[in-house]
Amino acid sequence: MLHTITVLVENEFGVLSRVAGLFSGRGFNIDSLSVAPTNEETLSRMTIVTRGDDQILEQITKQLNKLIDVIKVIDFTDGSAIEREMALIKVTAEDVSRAEVLRIVDIFRAKIIDVTPKSYTIEATGAPAKIDAILELLRPLGLKELVRTGPVAIGRGAKGWKG
Amino acid sequence: MKMNGARILLECLKLEGVETVFGYPGGTVINLYDELFSFKAIRHILPRHEQAGVHAADGYARATGKVGVAIATSGPGATNTITGIATAYMDSIPLVIITGQVPTALIGNDAFQEVDIIGITRPCTKHNFLVKDVKDLATIVKKAFYIARSGRPGPVLIDLPKDVQIATTEFSYPESVDIRGYKPTVEGHPRQIEKAVSMILASRKPLIYVGGGVVLANGAEELTDLARKLGVPVTTTLMGLGSFPENDPLSVGLLGMHGTYCANMAVTNCDLLVAVGARFDDRVTGKIATFAPHAKIIHVDVDPTSIKKNVRVDLPIVGDVKGVLSRMLKVAAEQSAKVKAFAKDLAPWRGEIEAWRVKHPLGYKSSTSVIKPQLVIQKLRELSDPDAIVATDVGQHQMWTAQFFQFNKPRTLLSSGGLGTMGYGLPAAMGAQAAFPKRQVMVICGDGGFQMNMQEIATLVQNRLPVKIVILNNNFLGMVRQWQELFFDKRYSQTCMELPIDFVKLAEAFGAKGLRATKPAEVESVIKEGFKIPGPVIMEFKIAREEKVLPMVPAGASLNEMVLNA
Ligand SMILES: Cc1cc2nc3c(=O)[nH]c(=O)nc-3n(C[C@H](O)[C@H](O)[C@H](O)COP(=O)(O)OP(=O)(O)OC[C@H]3O[C@@H](n4cnc5c(N)ncnc54)[C@H](O)[C@@H]3O)c2cc1C
Ligand SMILES: Cc1ncc(C[n+]2csc(CCOP(=O)(O)OP(=O)(O)O)c2C)c(N)n1
Ligand SMILES: [Mg+2]
Repeated sequence: MLHTITVLVENEFGVLSRVAGLFSGRGFNIDSLSVAPTNEETLSRMTIVTRGDDQILEQITKQLNKLIDVIKVIDFTDGSAIEREMALIKVTAEDVSRAEVLRIVDIFRAKIIDVTPKSYTIEATGAPAKIDAILELLRPLGLKELVRTGPVAIGRGAKGWKG
Repeated sequence: MKMNGARILLECLKLEGVETVFGYPGGTVINLYDELFSFKAIRHILPRHEQAGVHAADGYARATGKVGVAIATSGPGATNTITGIATAYMDSIPLVIITGQVPTALIGNDAFQEVDIIGITRPCTKHNFLVKDVKDLATIVKKAFYIARSGRPGPVLIDLPKDVQIATTEFSYPESVDIRGYKPTVEGHPRQIEKAVSMILASRKPLIYVGGGVVLANGAEELTDLARKLGVPVTTTLMGLGSFPENDPLSVGLLGMHGTYCANMAVTNCDLLVAVGARFDDRVTGKIATFAPHAKIIHVDVDPTSIKKNVRVDLPIVGDVKGVLSRMLKVAAEQSAKVKAFAKDLAPWRGEIEAWRVKHPLGYKSSTSVIKPQLVIQKLRELSDPDAIVATDVGQHQMWTAQFFQFNKPRTLLSSGGLGTMGYGLPAAMGAQAAFPKRQVMVICGDGGFQMNMQEIATLVQNRLPVKIVILNNNFLGMVRQWQELFFDKRYSQTCMELPIDFVKLAEAFGAKGLRATKPAEVESVIKEGFKIPGPVIMEFKIAREEKVLPMVPAGASLNEMVLNA
């Protein structure tokens, strides 16, 4: 089962490799990982998508917490978070398909950010499932290149955790 | 006062109470060694290999409970420490390792003797630090010692570039440190502890399963007290040996792969297993699906990752063993009448265990013509001081020591359990002897593992460390040979050492003494004589070459499927 975990870490050199090394060393999966500093400059926030049963997830959270540079770990699984991901997508767009791409972009409230006579580059944002959906429609038209950020997540409701 | 980084490091060590360090000089620590030359507060011991230096610091730490300290230069010096660090990491031993590093400006340039030791040691240290500014040095040392010794202990490495050793700054040592990402839970939850006592009092066939955490927490006294008050039998892991006196009638001895029949039967039949500072290692559990199949499990451990890692747990208690056990004692004292009745009611269970012990006691076939290794171990116990410290190497001799020596006090057995590092024993004994110059310290090793760090006899002689080196010589890599005998049709592929070495002459070449026994009748006199000699001694025993360690639970089998005699 997929889990989205948010990890608040010291914004120090080497921390990313400690986290990544923990996953590879213990045979845990990383589906995606995104990391950037927060509004407090000494902290970075990672969003990791991983998979495993409850027992594995419990180990992942505990092992992450055990790292000295990890300050907080939250396992967002039960729909308690909003997730957003961005994708940059280069598709073939010639003749008839140019209009079709525009229609799809419009439906998904995506944006065209680069145009050539033979292609469109699209910026799409949304929940990971939405990105999957737009890709499914675009793929038959000819996907030339794809970059996904992996999701970032934030808890629902008024309560925030600092950083 | 303004000082250079090298001096600051030494001042910090002194303030941490470090008296002895084990280290090896080189280009990137030459400034540190120059400061050390006139720094009298710290005794420096020069091993003959950095691996041995770290094992010695580890033996020092296991024997004393203090943080062991080792120093190495960058590059090859640093890589030589890895096995020592990994050994300590697997057994949760508190160490601070200081490595020299090329000057900060050269880091990443493939400079002479540069390795990324921070990257290399990341998975085998509890934490590590690269010091980039001399102003951070004192705080980093403070943090390193705090992290090494608190919570679940472990090795911490400090990588110290040469220019940082030379740079100067005002020295002040912080009184304490606060690390926001590191707050180990030390105090066990009071309600969970009360629940644990109720669960114990409701059980009919309880068993306490004691691990290295009890030794690390200095909780042997509380544990012994609790087990005796409750009348509950105790089994120990290899790492837990000594934390409950094996001469106590409640002791059922070692459990696991080479555990006693009665311990493994007790685990398989108990209705409550109270794990204290033990981590359900695969050498202990055998096949997980059939491990303690009838038991509820209580697990006390300071490290949450140890809990529910391998087995289901009914009542977890995260906290320090010592505190949790004293609290349990208090809760038990509040209902002393009930506890007394409970202890009495356990008589049938204790009787059941006793019957298993009588049915298949630990034993061996004695011989008058060839020396049985078990006999040597029994004689060593008989003829040594009650507080003697025993280091072992890894192999058959290690298991015979665990089975037959009888450990009654904590911190008297030093053995590499988790990593199983051959070559560990001699330097570990050296470290323990450096800590306790007056106590009897011996290492029991095999002919194979001894040869992995035998250069350290030089260190023993030079530093007047009178370690007694017992070699159980079967001229085999015996433990592997045993597996080949049992599971590979006696195809002894590369396990016969072929070349017979004259260990007596070897001792003499280093300026130590050497003794040899080839017949059972000589065992006692060699041990007596060896213990009488004031300096380091090799006592070589030519043992029955194909003796096996039994009982044995084959890999992947259930604990009650022991091979008793093969
Ligand atoms: C050849 C060979 C054969 C072996 N055969 C056996 C065998 O038959 N039987 C056997 O038992 N072992 C055997 N071992 C050893 C085995 O590999 C493990 O090292 C050992 O079983 C682990 O012991 P432990 O569970 O006590 O854990 P340790 O490694 O000692 O771990 C200690 C546990 O206590 C916790 N802890 C630490 N400090 C505290 C504290 N202050 N408070 C609370 N908890 C704390 C830690 O978090 C950890 O979970 C063998 C090893 C070798 C090399
Ligand atoms: C560094 C290292 N290499 C290999 C092993 C695998 N191993 C475990 S026990 C053993 C044999 C040890 O032989 P010896 O030291 O003679 O002891 P014995 O078993 O004969 O008592 C070997 C090779 C190990 N544990 N450590
Ligand atoms: Mg041997």
